[in-house]
Amino acid sequence: MSERKIRVLIAKPGLDGHDRGAKVVARALRDAGMEVIYTGLRQTPEMIAETALQEDVDAVGISILSGAHMALVPRVLELLKQNGQQNVRVFVGGIVPENDAAELLKMGVFAVYGPGVNSSKYVAEIEQAVRGTAA
Amino acid sequence: MTLVADILSGDRLALARCLTQVENDTPQGRAALDELFPHAGRAHLIGITGSSGAGKSTLVNQLALAYRRSAPRDKAPRVAIVAVDPSSPFSGGAILGDRVRMRDLAGDPGVFIRSMASRGSVGGLARATAAVTEVLDAAGYDIILIETVGAGQSEVDIARLAHTTIVIEAPGMGDDIQAIKAGILEIADILVVNKADRPGAENTVRALRNALELGHPAARAMQPKGHHAALESQTAESAAPAESELWLPPVLVTVASTGEGTAELVSAVQRHSEYLKRTDLWKERERARLQTALEDLVTAALVERWRETLADETYRHVVHRLLERKISPFEAVSGLVRDQKPRNRPD
Repeated sequence: MSERKIRVLIAKPGLDGHDRGAKVVARALRDAGMEVIYTGLRQTPEMIAETALQEDVDAVGISILSGAHMALVPRVLELLKQNGQQNVRVFVGGIVPENDAAELLKMGVFAVYGPGVNSSKYVAEIEQAVRGTAA
Repeated sequence: MTLVADILSGDRLALARCLTQVENDTPQGRAALDELFPHAGRAHLIGITGSSGAGKSTLVNQLALAYRRSAPRDKAPRVAIVAVDPSSPFSGGAILGDRVRMRDLAGDPGVFIRSMASRGSVGGLARATAAVTEVLDAAGYDIILIETVGAGQSEVDIARLAHTTIVIEAPGMGDDIQAIKAGILEIADILVVNKADRPGAENTVRALRNALELGHPAARAMQPKGHHAALESQTAESAAPAESELWLPPVLVTVASTGEGTAELVSAVQRHSEYLKRTDLWKERERARLQTALEDLVTAALVERWRETLADETYRHVVHRLLERKISPFEAVSGLVRDQKPRNRPD
């Protein structure tokens, strides 16, 4: 076995139905050689944490366009921790105001991506975040 | 070591991490398999295969729900799902999307779902799928539902792994000649025509039933896995069931999106399991599966050992001669395999 495959969960919590961004990211990560677990719309933080556990993912990407990020993301972080998965790296994509983004980064999210971000940027950053913490 | 103890005591994170080790075929993964092996061998492995879009994931979701609702939560069978999706042949990456159809199962601690990428295997499963089911079996899951990649005609590995293989068809996918071709339909213990609310479903059911009637049931019983006849012939004689004990694959209809037909499917699976146990075919299938796995491992180990004794230089040279058509592939093989000291030999 050469290099261990990076497994990423792309999750779409909340009530908005705009999953194009999540699909674009999933596709870009696939093309970068990662295994992407895609779970579809309207996931609760509990469902996201449960999936992250069963799939033993290295990273979780949370896509939110509804504005509910300050409610949903901290809850996911908390649940991951509760499950013993504090090593799982979390990133957020969507429309997130700057102040909120700074807050989320402080909570432990490693990146917040807005519209128009270059895929090579987040692919490289996810790879670094995961490999950097690999035991 | 503690990983194994944690798994046996029901720790789901330990289980998930072990599955990763096993999937990546690491030394830790192998060590865990060694320890877990005596604890496995209790689960009913049920394969679900069929072309992409036939409704495999949706039907798996319904089956799991049915098992979980068959008794109070703590008494109902615990269900594990292994869902395989293809890896990209270009990047090696994958999108594992089977969970999208399984959201009804969220929040039930008696269900464990694991997605796997096929990682270059072409038989409909990943190379490590069998090992992953061993771990889930040892972890105490009673029912293990194995969903293959979208399968066309020849992805028949699932029949070697599962006790019961369910093949799903959707209406309008081909004529009655498709139905008598060799391959995926042959491996079905149970045939399901899903999306039965669509026009043409009765025609599909009829074509499948007719195809089954053309078949020779005795031959089927002798070789439950026709693609592995050589292995089967050594072991099957004792287990050949009497004429009255032949299993004729039932053709069922379902609408997986609503759950229609699921109860009938569950009872057909149950009948099949009883049949296998009554006729000793259950044991035979286990034997065929373990023997196949053993042979695969032996082959891999021998190849590895052979490769260790072979200098890269020599190998490149042989490939070069092959390219120039100076030697044939067979000559190349006999040179490479018979020669015990091929290192740096001038030619």
